[in-house]
Amino acid sequence: MNKHIISLLLENESGALSRVAGLFSARAYNIESLSVAPTDDATLSRMTIVTSGTDQIVEQIQKQLNKLVDVVKLVDLTESEHIARELMLAKVEAIGDARDEVKRLVDIFNGKVVDVTDTTYTVEITDTREKLDSFITSLSSIKIHEVVRSGAIGISSGENILAV
Amino acid sequence: MELTGAEIVVQSLIEEGVEHLFGYPGGAVLHIYDAIHQQEQLQHILVRHEQAATHAADGYARSTGKPGVVLVTSGPGATNAVTGIATAYMDSIPMVVLTGQVPRPLIGNDAFQEVDSVGITRPVVKHNFLVEDVKDLATIIKKAFYVATTGRPGPVVVDIPKDITAHKTEFSYPRDIKIRSYHPTTKGHSGQIKKAYELILEAKKPMIYTGGGVILSNASEELIKFTKLLGAPITNTLMGLGAYPANDKQFVGMLGMHGTYEANMAMHNSDVLIAIGARFDDRVTGNLEKFCPDARIVHVDIDPASISKNVTVDVPIVGDVKGVVIELNKLIEASDQRLEAAALSTWWQQIEEWRAQDCLKFNRDTGTIKPQFVVEQLHAVTEGNAFVTSDVGQHQMFAAQYYGFNKPRRWINSGGLGTMGFGLPAAIGVQIAHPGEQVACITGEGSIQMCIQELSTCLQYSTPVKIINLNNGFLGMVRQWQEFFYDRRYASSYVDALPDFVALAEAYGHIGIRIEKPEDVRQAIEDAFGKYKDRTVFLDFIIDKEENVYPMIPAGAGLNEMILV
Ligand SMILES: Cc1ncc(C[n+]2csc(CCOP(=O)(O)OP(=O)(O)O)c2C)c(N)n1
Ligand SMILES: [Mg+2]
Repeated sequence: MNKHIISLLLENESGALSRVAGLFSARAYNIESLSVAPTDDATLSRMTIVTSGTDQIVEQIQKQLNKLVDVVKLVDLTESEHIARELMLAKVEAIGDARDEVKRLVDIFNGKVVDVTDTTYTVEITDTREKLDSFITSLSSIKIHEVVRSGAIGISSGENILAV
Repeated sequence: MELTGAEIVVQSLIEEGVEHLFGYPGGAVLHIYDAIHQQEQLQHILVRHEQAATHAADGYARSTGKPGVVLVTSGPGATNAVTGIATAYMDSIPMVVLTGQVPRPLIGNDAFQEVDSVGITRPVVKHNFLVEDVKDLATIIKKAFYVATTGRPGPVVVDIPKDITAHKTEFSYPRDIKIRSYHPTTKGHSGQIKKAYELILEAKKPMIYTGGGVILSNASEELIKFTKLLGAPITNTLMGLGAYPANDKQFVGMLGMHGTYEANMAMHNSDVLIAIGARFDDRVTGNLEKFCPDARIVHVDIDPASISKNVTVDVPIVGDVKGVVIELNKLIEASDQRLEAAALSTWWQQIEEWRAQDCLKFNRDTGTIKPQFVVEQLHAVTEGNAFVTSDVGQHQMFAAQYYGFNKPRRWINSGGLGTMGFGLPAAIGVQIAHPGEQVACITGEGSIQMCIQELSTCLQYSTPVKIINLNNGFLGMVRQWQEFFYDRRYASSYVDALPDFVALAEAYGHIGIRIEKPEDVRQAIEDAFGKYKDRTVFLDFIIDKEENVYPMIPAGAGLNEMILV
């Protein structure tokens, strides 16, 4: 079972998202995260799917995705060098000593405190999934009220381009 | 000229060369029906249930190779059509289904007869569209036909809101269409074809295994040539019957769960397996762990996703079967290298020993009518040339095993979804496409009742189909499993309170004949195709109640572990 980040260009049409999501549930494929938004070309959406499975299953996932008429292009980013990032917003308790502690951790993780109240900090961090996980772990004694994560988005390194 | 959406639908279908349309009206499609009413090029066939519209269009498509076309209303019209759409999807049948939809301003409001047709059909279509502007209508219909008929074919749904059928726009039908996200691979890779050729020539125990893809690709002639050039044994799947003539020596019968002993043993023992337009379905492979343990495998298929899905293959070739087989034939013909003769002859000796088991033999002296015998007699009377549709159950397997199809597109059955109720409407579709030909529907008393209302359609359109009802009084295939695997506890498989099918056929205006003795079988079939040639005839054969389909591979077993008679 390996993790794969599959990036696709999709027709920006109503129903396209449900075709992809439906494919994963109908064929019982894993889906860890899925993020989608229009690109610079308004007719296209770019979707990043993080999935896992045996090589054989991941090959099927790619083939089945390619079969969807709305999928224009697809690449498995994990097959070569790539950059993957995920955005996290976390609202944590910030009272007494915790205020300094949270600030210190946020600095270490290159994040920002984007909203402040007497009792809470809202923190924004963009990094790899693993880094975000370790940020959460490092909060250990600090109470987390809420966590929102975008799911990964990714792009290949170097001059490889996914475009129509 | 400006046309209404409804007129555009009709004109677009005419532009596509559609001659027949199977459907059922309702509120959301009334504008379209009105437009159909005002022209004569396009003939509408009114069925009695929307499921039958899809099966009829499907039978039409399977027997002609042209896409079947369906028109149904919104809501219940669309949901009734779903079974037939799924049936076509599982067997890769080209079909365009137009569903009415509530007017756009009402969509999402739980309006009268509103369902999310695009959502409901999404997992069982190749693609679907919701028309959101009358200006897009002609292009979408063009795309629908293009997607349905190219690559691996399949059904496409076009959902058309009622207000759009009233809106007007300038009509011009697109000549060509390009979809940037849709490029079906059609030509096999020449390097892969060369590799396959080289592997094939190494075979000592070659086996050719072909499926519905050969029929969809119209590649029967090329396949025959290929098989003859190699001199290898060939088997067809349930979906592929007729692609290779059943009466030829090299044909070892159907394979799979109810395949012949010789076909399954030859598969199991082969050293090079050549799979063409077949998808290694679980009903074909049996237990995957035990499947063809010694074979290196070549797989030709137009759908990349079919390759190495269930069975990992050695030489995959993605492409249209016909083109690939033509290339293989060229390679073989260009050289004088052939399969090693001594090895091939030993292999054939072995196969002949398996064949000598005569696995399809059955007891002919029981005094009761045997279903196998009825199918044999149907073959004899029709000289193996009839179009035969079927439902699902034991009768379907008897039809596949005993009719002996010698031509493609003559055997029409729901292989993938296994839809009871398919047979009669499919036969109507076949007969509409082939008015002068002999069409039989081999069915059971369970299945026929799932779309029996279509007897009324038969009368309206004078489709003289012959219904061969193999009436065992049981949901026979269910009963067989209960006999084998549930200690004969026949839970709900005995069909009590059957109608008098003869009286029923007559009530619908047809000929009904009940046959209870083996000696009357031949005459009844001759009468159906002879003196009642132009009538719909319902032949109710009262057959042996507990006959089983043999051979059989039980669940979990390998192809070499068949139960024989
Ligand atoms: C719509 C549908 N429902 C249920 C089944 C399950 N099923 C498969 S075969 C069969 C029995 C069919 O009985 P009959 O038509 O009398 O044929 P026989 O097996 O007796 O020849 C059933 C219920 C099915 N294939 N399709
Ligand atoms: Mg029965």
